[in-house]
Amino acid sequence: MTSIATSTSASASTGEAVVAEAHGEHADLRLFGLATFLVADGMTFAGFFAAYLTFRAVNPLPAGSTYELELLLPSINTVLLLVSSYTFHRSGRNLLLGRMGPCRAWLLLTAGLGAAFLAGQMVEYFSLPFGLTDNLFASTFYALTGFHGLHVTLGVICILLVWVQTRQGGRVSSGAPFGLEAAELYWHFVDGIWVILYGILYLL
Amino acid sequence: MTVASPNDFQESLQPQGWLRYFSFSLDHKVIGLQYLVTGFIFYFIGGALAGVIRAELASPISDFVGRETYNEVLTLHGTVMIFLWIVPVVNGGFGNYLIPFYVGARDMAFPRLNAVAFWMIPPAGILLIGSYFITGSAQSGWTAYPPLSITTPALGQVVWIVSVLLLGGSSIFGGINFIATILKLRRPGLKLMQLPMYCWAMLGTSILVVLSTPVLAGTLLLLSFDIVAHTGFFNPAMGGNVVVYQHLFWFYSHPAVYIMVLPAFGLVSEILPIHSRKPLFGYTTMVYSIMAIVVLGLVVWAHHMFTSGTPPWMRLFFTIATSFIAVPTGIKFFNWLATLWGGKLALNSAMLFSCAFIVNFVFGGITGVALAQVPFDIHVHDTYFVVGHFHYIVYGGTVFVIFASIYHWYPKFTGRMLNEDLGRLHFLLTFIGFNLCFAPQHWLGLNGMPRRVAEYDPSFTTLNQISSVGALLMAISSLPFLYNVLVSAFRGRVAGDNPWNALTPEWLTSSPPPVENWVGEAPLVEHPYGYGVPEDTLSVAAATGRDLWSGAGRR
Repeated sequence: MTSIATSTSASASTGEAVVAEAHGEHADLRLFGLATFLVADGMTFAGFFAAYLTFRAVNPLPAGSTYELELLLPSINTVLLLVSSYTFHRSGRNLLLGRMGPCRAWLLLTAGLGAAFLAGQMVEYFSLPFGLTDNLFASTFYALTGFHGLHVTLGVICILLVWVQTRQGGRVSSGAPFGLEAAELYWHFVDGIWVILYGILYLL
Repeated sequence: MTVASPNDFQESLQPQGWLRYFSFSLDHKVIGLQYLVTGFIFYFIGGALAGVIRAELASPISDFVGRETYNEVLTLHGTVMIFLWIVPVVNGGFGNYLIPFYVGARDMAFPRLNAVAFWMIPPAGILLIGSYFITGSAQSGWTAYPPLSITTPALGQVVWIVSVLLLGGSSIFGGINFIATILKLRRPGLKLMQLPMYCWAMLGTSILVVLSTPVLAGTLLLLSFDIVAHTGFFNPAMGGNVVVYQHLFWFYSHPAVYIMVLPAFGLVSEILPIHSRKPLFGYTTMVYSIMAIVVLGLVVWAHHMFTSGTPPWMRLFFTIATSFIAVPTGIKFFNWLATLWGGKLALNSAMLFSCAFIVNFVFGGITGVALAQVPFDIHVHDTYFVVGHFHYIVYGGTVFVIFASIYHWYPKFTGRMLNEDLGRLHFLLTFIGFNLCFAPQHWLGLNGMPRRVAEYDPSFTTLNQISSVGALLMAISSLPFLYNVLVSAFRGRVAGDNPWNALTPEWLTSSPPPVENWVGEAPLVEHPYGYGVPEDTLSVAAATGRDLWSGAGRR
């Protein structure tokens, strides 16, 4: 067996392995990819916001319905989400410093704040005087807050998964922080979307 | 490096040989060819649907198929051709195959995401086409305008939405991958302004994909709520607003035209210099033109809506913005002509299709500028003039470039040449058939024949029959092509590694390339278009610092 023949058959039959090996050479681009995806996700929200603002500007609602909403609960919810961004940040700092105990504690607190936000939104949904198909504003309200709530739900699930992964010997550690960093980036994005949503849906 | 792999790791669960084309392969070349072949299957399905449309329109009355079937067929034709043929082939197909070579990488940035993106396409296509046989497919055209899409049979429309959402997701994943690969995965020493033009085209396209496709996804979600949950976002009967749908839809679907055509611009920029043995004229202006098209392409969508009660200021803005797009596009065309000018032209099939692309696209571009003008657009809106214009852009433009690219890169894909005589026959039939089919539609539209209707005024019969004959020629033209690509894979002349004496990186390796693209380090190609200068006696060793042509450099 000549050396060239060996190299030929090896490169053909271990194709995937070679690709994987070659792939391992370059820098970790997963956060960059996630950020690009979040731009795309943000554009989905931008489309929804544009639709809502246009509806509001040009489509009169049926008599007796109004664009007014209760402010107290959503404002508490806004504070909850903003605080949760801070707690997630603390968790990430502790991870990079290798302090796993505080890291996991802050992580759990973040998930708890997210869950509290979702609970608050449920309470709001059940106390509202209108349903999904009552009028254009009602439909848009539920579509926007529901789509955002879906993002929060996914975020809480991700945080809990990362919490499991940060256990002793798990996939996420100070040397391999990607899972937590990705969840954190996503969480800040979801919070930022909420601030815009709160502004145009409740305050405007 | 490969010799070092121990034998026990050579047994992989991944299938090898031709079976890998049916697997969840992570190799960008395999994925690229998967996109290409899948795309061509859908092209022939979409072409058969077009055949049904032209057969129906050969006579003024609705006799070949029923009216509702006609609506289903035209909806499927548009959706299949756009979402399952053009977009996946010019982006996913050639992009996945070529971009890693061009940036000097061994694979895309996210190979697994890449495979996921491809494997979202077959289920979407099967859903879409299967819906015709099971529940009846959507009938509201590829635009799915409400309230039509709300009032036509719901099941087919919902399946259509699910299918387009899958395809949009696939497109976004692909776009993320291209952006990361082009910006972050370049070989050390390779600068952005040294990249082959197709990279710039794909970067611009991917930016459009990432920014605009999600808006379509969100809009279709709202539309599905209207159909399934009986909300009233786009239903005027419930206080909704149909024009908002049109705005959101065209915010994606006008950039979608550039998603379909910018990669074709890039591909043709690779083909022309090689076959005219001249550097690509005006590289820098080409790059800026692409970026200008990206920016302008995002702010022209409402020119599709001049008859939708659009306020005058909006008409004015979108007319001006649309007319401006002709400037960067024109720059690219003059650059291509200047590339050809005085070159040593090899008028092979790839070059014939590329030159015909220039002719067709200029014609489609001129009618496009005409359509951007409100007074003219109001006259021909929703007539066959628009159909003619659109097909000159997408078929005369992009599909001609796809064929040119197949003739150009087939030797790289398979290691064998395509038959030139069959290629020229294919070109001649396609070019004549295409112009015969779509040129008369401009006259029809100017005289008021509406689009998307199965029946028409008998005075339009002759021109419609000419158009149908053209469609028949186009159908026949695919026979020599099919025979050529199928038979040449086994019996074609062996191509050698670089049959065109090209300088772009994909040719500086074996044909077909090894799994890791290059044995050893990737070549550093700083002048991908350095033809016609004295140093261009194709001293590849000088261009790359290594001798790639000896046995050690080959697979």
